[in-house]
Amino acid sequence: MFADLVAGTRRLWAGLPLGARVSLVVLAILYALALAAPAVAPYLPSQQLDIVALKDQAPSWAHPFGTDRFSRDLLTRVLYGARVSLSVATLAVLMSAMVGTAYGLVAVTAGGVVDSVMMRLLDAMLAIPRVLLLIALLALWNPVPLPALVAVLGLTGWFDVSRLVRAEALSLRERDFVVAARSLGTGTVRLMLRHLLPNVLVPVIVFTTLGVANIIALEAGLSFIGVGVHEPVPSWGTLFFDGTEAFVGTWWAALFPGMAIITTVLCFNILGDALRRVLDPRHFRSA
Amino acid sequence: MTTPLLSVRNLTKHFARTRGLFGGGGDTVRAVDGISFDVFPGETLALVGESGCGKTTTGRAILRLIEPDSGEVMFDGHNVLTLAAEPLRQLRRKMQIVFQDPYSSLNPRMTIGAIVREGLIIHRIAEGAEADKRVGQLLEEVGLRGDYVGMYPHEFSGGQRQRVGIARALSVEPKFIVCDEPVSALDVSVQAQVLNLLQDLQRDRGLAYLFIAHDLSVVEHIADRVAVMYLGRIVESADGAALYREPLMPYTQALLSAVPVPEPGAKRERIVLRGDAPSNSMPKMGCVFHPRCHDPARDAECAKILPPLEEKSPGHVAACIKRPPVRNSA
Amino acid sequence: MTGPLLSIENLRTYFYTDAGVARAVDGVSLQVSQGETVGLVGESGCGKTVTALSILRLIASPGRIEPDSRIVFEGKDLLQLGPEEIRRVRGNRIAMIFQEPMTALNPVFTVGDQVAEVARVHDGATRREAWKRAVEMLDRVGIPSADERARDYPHQMSGGMRQRVVIAMALMMRPALVIADEPTTALDVTIQAQILELLRDLQRTFGMSLLLITHDMGVVAETASRVVVMYGGEVVEQAPVDRIFASPHHPYTEGLLAAMPRLGSARDRLLTIPGTVPPPTEWPSGCRFRDRCSYAWERATEHPALSEIAPGHVSRCHLAQEPQRRLQPHEPLAAGRGAP
Repeated sequence: MFADLVAGTRRLWAGLPLGARVSLVVLAILYALALAAPAVAPYLPSQQLDIVALKDQAPSWAHPFGTDRFSRDLLTRVLYGARVSLSVATLAVLMSAMVGTAYGLVAVTAGGVVDSVMMRLLDAMLAIPRVLLLIALLALWNPVPLPALVAVLGLTGWFDVSRLVRAEALSLRERDFVVAARSLGTGTVRLMLRHLLPNVLVPVIVFTTLGVANIIALEAGLSFIGVGVHEPVPSWGTLFFDGTEAFVGTWWAALFPGMAIITTVLCFNILGDALRRVLDPRHFRSA
Repeated sequence: MTTPLLSVRNLTKHFARTRGLFGGGGDTVRAVDGISFDVFPGETLALVGESGCGKTTTGRAILRLIEPDSGEVMFDGHNVLTLAAEPLRQLRRKMQIVFQDPYSSLNPRMTIGAIVREGLIIHRIAEGAEADKRVGQLLEEVGLRGDYVGMYPHEFSGGQRQRVGIARALSVEPKFIVCDEPVSALDVSVQAQVLNLLQDLQRDRGLAYLFIAHDLSVVEHIADRVAVMYLGRIVESADGAALYREPLMPYTQALLSAVPVPEPGAKRERIVLRGDAPSNSMPKMGCVFHPRCHDPARDAECAKILPPLEEKSPGHVAACIKRPPVRNSA
Repeated sequence: MTGPLLSIENLRTYFYTDAGVARAVDGVSLQVSQGETVGLVGESGCGKTVTALSILRLIASPGRIEPDSRIVFEGKDLLQLGPEEIRRVRGNRIAMIFQEPMTALNPVFTVGDQVAEVARVHDGATRREAWKRAVEMLDRVGIPSADERARDYPHQMSGGMRQRVVIAMALMMRPALVIADEPTTALDVTIQAQILELLRDLQRTFGMSLLLITHDMGVVAETASRVVVMYGGEVVEQAPVDRIFASPHHPYTEGLLAAMPRLGSARDRLLTIPGTVPPPTEWPSGCRFRDRCSYAWERATEHPALSEIAPGHVSRCHLAQEPQRRLQPHEPLAAGRGAP
């Protein structure tokens, strides 16, 4: 079982084009840094070092990313920001993926009226523009605690996955091996978990990687307009917001958080695209 | 006269083919239109016909993988169509199915060991080490090596995958297997291997088969009795040898003569049917086959009278008004 | 023009995949003369479809036609032609018919349009002219009420009808050579009979050559005058159709014929060829059939060349030099492992 996983991972790596491999490595480094931020960061994020002398300093050896107007080391803030942004995005997307997959699978398995009702509900929810909804919700719930932010993002982002999963599962259901499982007497739950779920995972995995990219950007945007993460918690969004306030004089304050956002989004997109290509034909193509 | 293992009466399945935006004005496709047949223990009944005749739907309907609209299916004394979920699940052990397409009949994300093992787990026939042993035995019984258990379907050829499918069907110890065109997607030499395997298994385990096929030459080898379907109905049925020796229905004759014979220069009376099979949704007037019938006896009556399926000679039934039925003599 | 219409010389088409080099076609030579029907026979994995695609240079990366392959058609080497020139050959001088009529036709255009397009592309015909010719051709291939049916879409037609449309498209420009890749495999038996009869008629009328690719020996017996048997990416036997059936030489051909279920034969158990076709990335060294052959002996480690058995009949088998070995059949190596 474990050997399978190792072999599978190796095959996966072998199939990824160079761009995707680089992206994967970059992301791994970012996540590692985020995880190890307290150990790696030279200072504390809210630590106001010498208020006079170190205010708004350009990048230097002591402060590679410079300092902000509150004399806080920006490298530290970006690292801690990574923790917030990456964890919020990852958790939110995972939540979306799980809820969406479950909804889609249950709809297909239940079939008939239940399926129709569930899908119409979904259509209704899809009609609401997500960003506006988020802004409205978060503006009302100000300041929003992080777990709540994750929940809100997660629970508004599962609709597309759900449709995707349902479409896949519908066509899967007619495939002979599913009919075979029914003929063996497989119960509905086992059918769903053992036969449908593993085979709908591929589009869900692709969705997840692309989704994280989206949420990073979304969170950044929301924090930027003030409804996302709040002071003094640093996130890339808030850092970027801070940085643009006095952009002309202190370009570094916006540049580094901005680059962090762009790099992450780019890497996830490249990885997601590559995964989409690598995972599918490999398993369904044969001799 | 033994009692049949499987007894089907007036099985019907129609599909609504919707037209228009809201599904109004649809035709019904009469995929299976009131068929009846028996299968006895240990024998093979072949169900033969071309695409669209309803044979695949029949195979799935009798196992209730598709819900029939009406009719009766008695299997081993149970009425399959009225069973509740749990008794049906248990009955499923005794009636299994092997599919046509080796590429979609196995879950690509399961190892073949897991695929074959699934039946054992669901029906609690064996667990753990005992299950492993049985899986190994089943694989060897179908001619695969026991150490293939950890491999995935895409690593195997079509013929080998069919064997896995057969092993899966056998895992729950059935008495009856619906073989839905099990060799149609395979190359000739592989077909032969799988057919031989099926015959051996039948002999060793006393299995009964409903063998669905469109290739009459394959069926001749394996079938004890043959039923020919056309547009959802059985139009002829007889003992294997009798059907091939003396096909009564013009359609059966055409089917037989259409099989390409590997003998160059064999000048046979090739009956080439005109036109295509009409769709099953048109209302039936008279004999469904008459528009394409080449038989010299065909006439205006054929267009008006729906021919009943009756016995034309002992054990041989056909649906044609131009063939005299057997006289009920003393 | 003297000489064969098509001459494939030492064709090698290799696919460079992650799993290794797949030598799908590994040195195939064959010829088709004017007006002749040649049956190219073999099972999956033998390279027959790749051979056909190679003729029209329809091989995409990671596949590649290796240098020093030659495909001479009407005096010119097709492999040396530029992209514009080869496009003028495709559909015009050489046409191809594929196995699946549904995927060969574009679902969003009427069948009439699709057939007419061939004339518009190759002949520069006007819409009206092209449509007229298309309807004529559809009629010629046996589609009833052709002028009405030409306005149908592919999904409105049955499999047999669609295959006729594909044939009409292939014949629009009166090509000299038609390559038919398993044209009837996806069709019902009775429709298959119709299509084969149609192909024979059309060939008589238009005089084209036909390269018919199939795995069905019965189809070959009915339509071909010469048969080429492929295995393991190579030609293993070639002979006039009568001889192939009456006296097959290569053990694979024998096995294929013996494995066919035949109507009226009393045999209870079908004869099989033990083992399976090896993957094209791993052709066995020496004779590629040796693990499955009932006559193989030590010489099997040496790769056999094609030898002439009789006029017009060649076989790639050491039995040609040592025919007495045929009297000593034994269990093939493959029989001991895996599949019976």
